[in-house]
Formats: sequence, C-alpha cells, structure tokens
Amino acid sequence: MKFGTEVLLLAAATLLAFVAAGFASDDLFAAHAWVLFAVFALATVFMMRKVEFSTPGGAKVEADKSGYVDDVVRYGVIATLFWGVVGFLVGVIIAAQLAWPVLNIEPWFNFGRLRPLHTSAVIFAFGGNALICTSLYVVQRTSRARLFGEKAAWFVFWGYQLFIVLAATGYLLGITQSREYAEPEWYVDLWLTIVWVVYLIVFLGTIIKRKEPHIYVANWFFLAFIVTVAMLHIVNNLAIPVSLLGAKSYSAFAGVQDALTQWWYGHNAVGFFLTAGFLGMMYYFVPKQANRPVYSYRLSIVHFWSLIFLYIWAGPHHLHYTALPDWAQTLGMVFSIMLWMPSWGGMINGLMTLQGAWDKLRTDPVLRMFVISLAFYGMSTFEGPMMSIKTINSLSHYTDWTIGHVHSGALGWNGMITFGALYYLVPKLWNRERLYSLRLVNWHLWLATIGIVVYAAVMWVAGITQGLMWREYDDQGFLVNSFIETVSAIHPEYVMRMVGGLIYLTGALVMSYNIIRTIRGDVRDEAPMGGSVGTAPKIATAN
Amino acid sequence: MDYTFMREFADSWGLIYLFVIFIAAVAFTFRPGSKDIADKISRIPLEEDRDDG
Repeated sequence: MKFGTEVLLLAAATLLAFVAAGFASDDLFAAHAWVLFAVFALATVFMMRKVEFSTPGGAKVEADKSGYVDDVVRYGVIATLFWGVVGFLVGVIIAAQLAWPVLNIEPWFNFGRLRPLHTSAVIFAFGGNALICTSLYVVQRTSRARLFGEKAAWFVFWGYQLFIVLAATGYLLGITQSREYAEPEWYVDLWLTIVWVVYLIVFLGTIIKRKEPHIYVANWFFLAFIVTVAMLHIVNNLAIPVSLLGAKSYSAFAGVQDALTQWWYGHNAVGFFLTAGFLGMMYYFVPKQANRPVYSYRLSIVHFWSLIFLYIWAGPHHLHYTALPDWAQTLGMVFSIMLWMPSWGGMINGLMTLQGAWDKLRTDPVLRMFVISLAFYGMSTFEGPMMSIKTINSLSHYTDWTIGHVHSGALGWNGMITFGALYYLVPKLWNRERLYSLRLVNWHLWLATIGIVVYAAVMWVAGITQGLMWREYDDQGFLVNSFIETVSAIHPEYVMRMVGGLIYLTGALVMSYNIIRTIRGDVRDEAPMGGSVGTAPKIATAN
Repeated sequence: MDYTFMREFADSWGLIYLFVIFIAAVAFTFRPGSKDIADKISRIPLEEDRDDG
C-alpha cells in the first residue's frame, strides 16, 4: 500500500496538534497549534487521496531507479518561485509602510510583524528553497549518483515548507524570540533542526555513494553551508521554554554574550547561508551555462578554505561601539577586511570562467544574469568590509546605508544567481527544448538590475544623510537635529526605495510568467537575441 | 579556566593551530602536479550531464 505509513503519521500528527491546542498554556501557542492542526489535517486528506492499493493479480510497478531523483527538485523550483514573489511583495509593502505610516494595520500587519516576515521569506523561504533544490540537483550530477534516500528528500522539502509556514504565521500572530534572522520560537527551531539533520544525511549520503572519485568543489561549498548552518542554528537558539506547551522561551545567554551569539549567528548566516551555499550554485551553474570549466579550479579550493577560515570571525563588526570588548570589535573588523581577498578571488574566478566565451553574452541573457550577479557579489563584498572599518561604521551604523548594502548583496548576488539557476534548470527538469522566451529573460534582467540600482543608490543617500544629521553638533555642543527631523528628511528616498523594490518585483513576475509558460511547453515565436550573429556586417579589408 | 586564560589561549596557540591548518591546505592545493588533477576535476560538471533529458 503506497503512502500508507505517511497517512498514519500525518493523522497522528493532526491529533497531537489538536491535543496541543487544547492544553496550550497561552493563547499564542494555542493559535499556532490550530495552524499546525489545519496544515496536518489538509496534508492527511491530500495524502489519503494518493494512497494506492495494489490489485492481487496486477503486476507491481517498479519505481525507476536508474536516473536521478528530480521530482523533489521540480517542487523546489516551484517553491522558490512562489516564495520569491511573496517575499518581494511583502518587501514592497513594508517599504510603503515606512513611507506612509498609515498603512500599518494593527495588530497583525504592522511593520514590526511584517518585517521579519519579509526577511525570513526572502532569505529562508526563497533562498533556502533555492539552495535545497539546487544542491540536490548538483550533488547527483557531480557525484554521478542517485539521491540517497528519496523519501527523506521529500521529508526535507515538506518539512522545510512547514517550518516556513509556522515561522510566517508566528510572526503575524506576534510570536518572536526577537533574534535577528532567527525570530521563530523554540518549538519551531527544534523542528527545523530535525529537518536540517535529515537534509545533511541526504546530501552526505549521496556524496558517500558517489561514482565519481573526486568531490567537485560546488559540493564542498554546499556541505560547508549545511554543516555550519546546523551549528549556528543550534547554538544561537539555545533557550529554556517557559512551559512545554507555551510559546515563550528565554535565551541561555545574557547581556553582551547574548548579543555576540546573535551576531556570530547573524553574520555567519550571511557568510554560510547567503555566501557559501550560493557559491556552490555559482561553481556549478556558471560553468554549465558558459559550457566551460571554471577558470582556475585550484583558486576555487583556496577560495573555499580562506572563506571558511575567515568568515566565522567577522560577526563582532555588527557590535562596534557597544559593550563588546574592544579587542573583539577590532578582531571582527580585521577579519572582515581580510575577507576582501577570498571574495574577490571567487568573483574573478567566476567571471574569468567566461574567458574565450565572452561573445556568448550577446546571445545569452541567462549568462548575463550570472555575470551581473557576480558583479554585485564583488560590489557588496567590497562595501561590507569597508563598512566594518570602525571610523566608517561610526557614520553608517544604524542608518539605511546598512539596508542598502544588504539589498545590493541579497537582490544582486543571491537573487540574480538564483534567477539564472532557475532559467537553467526549468527547461532541463521539464524536458523542454528551451525557455518560453529569451527576450523576457532580458526584460527580467534589466528590470531587476534597474530596481537594485535605484534601491541601493537611494539608500546610500538616505543613510549618509541620516548619519550626518545624527552626529551634527552646534557650537554649544548640543545636537542640532531631533530624530523626527532625520526621518522627514529622507521621506523622498523612502518613496523611491519602494519604487525600486516594485521594479524588482515586476521582474520577478515576468520570470514567473516565462517559467510557467516554459513548464506548459510553450515556445514564443521571437527573433533570436543578438540578431547580428550570422549576418554581421562585413568589415572592409584594405588590400 | 577563567576568561583571561581562554582569551590568551585563543590568540596564541589557537591562532597558530588554525593558521597552520590553513597554510597546509593551501600548500597541498599547490603541490607539484596538482594542476593536471585540478583541470580534470574542473571538467566534472561538463561531462556528467549524460543522464539529463
């Protein structure tokens, strides 16, 4: 009986959620348990409809064991697309809320609750799904091995979506442990830990049963991402719950130790989730799209080790001029500056992969996307170390400059490389000759790029304006500006920031349309990109 | 095992330990003859697509 066990487990989980809702010690936990109950109940019904009973005389259909496991990757591509659009949309909404405070709808949809929804949706839902599905795709191809544990991979996918749903509904309900990029409470953290360990087993198991003697460097980066995120997640979320059926918990750390643990986690979430993991994507998809091996494989190894050894120490730069010991602040700053080298080494390695194939940029907008993504990787990894220098940080800290920096990295590097990977994957996964439209990819590329440039540029202006106004003294030694004056001074930038985000969101909608049409099997009748190829004007030769 | 001991151990022996591992990893990467092996490995993604649709 196919799916029999799954239905029973889901039904038991539905019952447990029902009991938890009844015995909850606070209203918030009860509300969350009802959410869980609804999700499990729907999943039970859905899975029950898929149950198959084998007929006594009928031959049992053997599942195909020869090829790769790609179904879960297909689901991951759809999930990435969906959560991407949701995350960008919530970003536009909270940008509008900052510009027009009347849009804050109490209590569920005010800025304080929607902001973690935005950050978690883009980082963990969009980025996380992209990382999970691309890592499972890449590890099978580069290991020449079928995925270890197909059912486990499905558990990782659906378990991760459940984590996202619980986190998102929790934020709107007002459940938070107030840790940056780690807002979900203790029981959601425990669930994510289980899912993540199974993910590690699936990934590592596939590497262990590989037929290829070498482990390709993309898998090093993916593995470092999975292992380090597990470590960061567990240590940062060490907490004692108030009650076993209650939402509230207290951190195991106090004072500045707690702050340092948070930013050790927070910065390495950037370093290992948003950098190492996405570099794994870069080292596979850029060579594939360019149809050339990476510029220097040995440089990629040095890139790996220097990134691993340096990144983990850079977190204290988030706590400059705080109660953190001065030596720790300086340590964070020095290691951030040293990170320039591996970051730029990696960027150059990626870009130089196109050596001898630069002409492909004329005809291939997907390759353009990868190049733009690497350019933003280089730009934001230049800006970041610069902002970690204490004198610059005294101007930039707590201002919108930081927000601009994060977005040039997230929208530019993480967003663009994910879009490129999706454009590469969809025709392969759904057996299509090519994408529905390459011209729409080009539209997406430019919409996204213009959106980021608008966003980052106005945040630079807003941030430096804020920083300068906050530190302005008169000749009596009094501060010149009140806080609200610094807010009204940057209102135009806040409006323009929302417009930048809207342009970026429009690009993502264009991509969604293009990918849906590709999956449906449609091919747009259009003039090829770079129309001059083949009919290039003859250059007159003088002889 | 107080704070001062931990901190001084970290910025002396701890630092040397990690630095030596890093140097060893980089030296191993550039050992003689590694270029040919590296070039071969770098072609893995280009050659292993045969099971694709």
